[in-house]
Amino acid sequence: MARMYIFKRFERFWHWAQAALIIFMLLTGFEIHGAYAILGWEKAANLHTTAAWTLIGLWLFAIFWHFTTGEWKQYIPTSKNIVAVMNYYSVGIFTGAPHPFRVTQLSKHNPLQRLAYLLVKLFVNPLIWVSGLLYLYYNELGASKIAGIAGLKLGPIALVHTAAAFMMLAFLIGHLYFATTGHTPLAHIKAMITGWEDQDEPAPELQRGGARAKAARVS
Amino acid sequence: MRTGISIAVVTVAIFVAFAAHAAPDPASEKLLKSTSDHAKFKALQQDFDSGPEVTKACLSCHTEASKQLHRTQHWTWEYLNPDGQRLGKKNVINNFCTSVASNYASCTTCHIGYGFKDNKFDFTSEVNVDCLICHDTTGNYRKQPGFAGNVVTKPMEIPPGSGNIVKPIDLKKIAQAVGKSSRDNCGACHFFGGGGDGVKHGDMDSSLASPDKALDVHMDATGNNFACATCHVTEGHQVPGSRYAPTAQDKGGAHLRGKEYTTNPTTCQACHGQAPHKANAKLDDHTDKVACQACHIPAYARGGVPTKISWDWSTAGKMAPDGKPLIKKDAKGHLLYSAAKGDFILAENAVPDYMWFNGKVTYTLFGDKVEKSDQPTRINHFEGSADDGKSLIWPVKIMRGKQAYDPVNKTLAVLHMAGNDDTAFWTNFNWEKAVAVGMASVGAPFSGKVDFLATESTWPITHMVAPAKDALRCRDCHASGGRLEKVPGIYIPGRASDHANWLDTSGWAIAALTLLGVLGHGLARVVASRRNK
Repeated sequence: MARMYIFKRFERFWHWAQAALIIFMLLTGFEIHGAYAILGWEKAANLHTTAAWTLIGLWLFAIFWHFTTGEWKQYIPTSKNIVAVMNYYSVGIFTGAPHPFRVTQLSKHNPLQRLAYLLVKLFVNPLIWVSGLLYLYYNELGASKIAGIAGLKLGPIALVHTAAAFMMLAFLIGHLYFATTGHTPLAHIKAMITGWEDQDEPAPELQRGGARAKAARVS
Repeated sequence: MRTGISIAVVTVAIFVAFAAHAAPDPASEKLLKSTSDHAKFKALQQDFDSGPEVTKACLSCHTEASKQLHRTQHWTWEYLNPDGQRLGKKNVINNFCTSVASNYASCTTCHIGYGFKDNKFDFTSEVNVDCLICHDTTGNYRKQPGFAGNVVTKPMEIPPGSGNIVKPIDLKKIAQAVGKSSRDNCGACHFFGGGGDGVKHGDMDSSLASPDKALDVHMDATGNNFACATCHVTEGHQVPGSRYAPTAQDKGGAHLRGKEYTTNPTTCQACHGQAPHKANAKLDDHTDKVACQACHIPAYARGGVPTKISWDWSTAGKMAPDGKPLIKKDAKGHLLYSAAKGDFILAENAVPDYMWFNGKVTYTLFGDKVEKSDQPTRINHFEGSADDGKSLIWPVKIMRGKQAYDPVNKTLAVLHMAGNDDTAFWTNFNWEKAVAVGMASVGAPFSGKVDFLATESTWPITHMVAPAKDALRCRDCHASGGRLEKVPGIYIPGRASDHANWLDTSGWAIAALTLLGVLGHGLARVVASRRNK
């Protein structure tokens, strides 16, 4: 079976570190919210803050990486093939049809992935960043004398932060599931660990991917 | 010859050595901190027959002392509230023994004067200021209840006819040993407010005379060993830190030597400043909303002395089968019922109530209209809110009870409790007589009817500061049903009542539906792949 090197070393490190941090922050965050008691409120709050700073640091590196390598282009949304991909997940996946999207180094994500990740990066993440930092520096807001944030109350800040956390939770559940939808349940996960994606068809056919996708869409 | 010289040298050496030891060594003697040994003062080398005679002797050197004391609440028992209410012991009514009025001779045992037996007391008298109650260091100075603050200088039978002979106190010895006020001096009255040990305040009782570190990190007798005056820094006899003029929020820094301050020196901030949490700076983020006391006094009445949290006067007056006034005590011997006073509820290690407090206290005074209802009448109440910019969340003791009022005139009753007369309640157990005399003593009308209504009073909890390790933990408030559950107007992470229910409900629902969706999809995949094989 052909293999293709898709995920670079930093990319994989970023992905898994972020995954661990986000899962940990969801766990500690909902404990702070009062949903349950596992670590104890004090420990949960302290670790949530530490993890937040770690994640912010990681994001800064990741943003730098995305722009210096041009990888940010992977998230430009496209409508091309999007219906085919939706069709695949709603029908083709059950009938054994091949995936209408061919992964290449220049296009790692299918159109649905592009849209989902872009939404997370441009909407959910900033919501978490901004509300989280306001939450963390709530005491300094009043003293900042900056119109617009000086009068912010903790309640609305916490509300937005919690809402963003629920969005992240829903994304995580979906993302974890889609990770199992490769040609074997662990194929995508393996690729995310090693960087090498299995290609279930010979390389030459890859160029015809567009045509196949068109066919899938028509069908 | 050489031997002779040697002997001479040794002898001289021994002599010199002895001489050196024999001479007084100023460095090794205990340094007297005061420049005066009062035992050497001529004015105090006499036998005193009364308190005022001692004061006269004190004033012969300390010429301005009484004038200074005349300006204190300790002397006037009066305080003018910023809102115009005339407060102070002399004027307020409480829901413990209720009032000084009509009971002067008994209550004024704790006045810093001699002879405050009725409302005609001469507040300009210098010799009637009692120096010794605050400056006695012997522990032998005593003022007997019922003597209007006078001391016993001849053997006396108290109460008369009881056969109980009270020995006189040696004023000369006590006067010669005066010193700075200690915890015992202040405690002689303040530990016993409300008529007994720990009764009134909850954060002040006799356990603070010699507390350990766990009870009071500052007063710890084997550690910091603070006196009351270490915080209640007194100049010219003016003692700061009265609860009548509380500082609810101190935004100033720690007081430094060499600077003049006009702010209250008794606040925590006056020593600790605004950012005292070195190990966990996040804790400093709480100080704009939460008083230090709220976390650092996890419970009151922690020293083994219970405090009263409820006093029901309406049940007073029951007699035992033998015809004597009924008494009930708990296993430890603490009074739970007495015919003289009614039913009590006691508390030890009590969790405070918490409320916004901006320093303003409003009172229900004699003559104010009161109404019997489901809501208790607030004898006093703390004002404050989350949004006034002046309030912090304070720990308080709420004292509840039932006390006498005039249901026709709708005023709280002045009770004549103590006294060797036919009308005092503690003598004849007749409410109508006791209230009639009490009301007459303040010139208030009385309908002749007595009923009881529920009352409530609020007391700040500010003493018995625990070591940092015993302070409240995050979860004590950052939880549902935590200590601050009922404090409104503020978002407390972890407190469910602050949550937007629509968000929590829809958030969890979306997460659950997503999970169900992907599980269903996965199941369908498994089924489909089996069928395809």
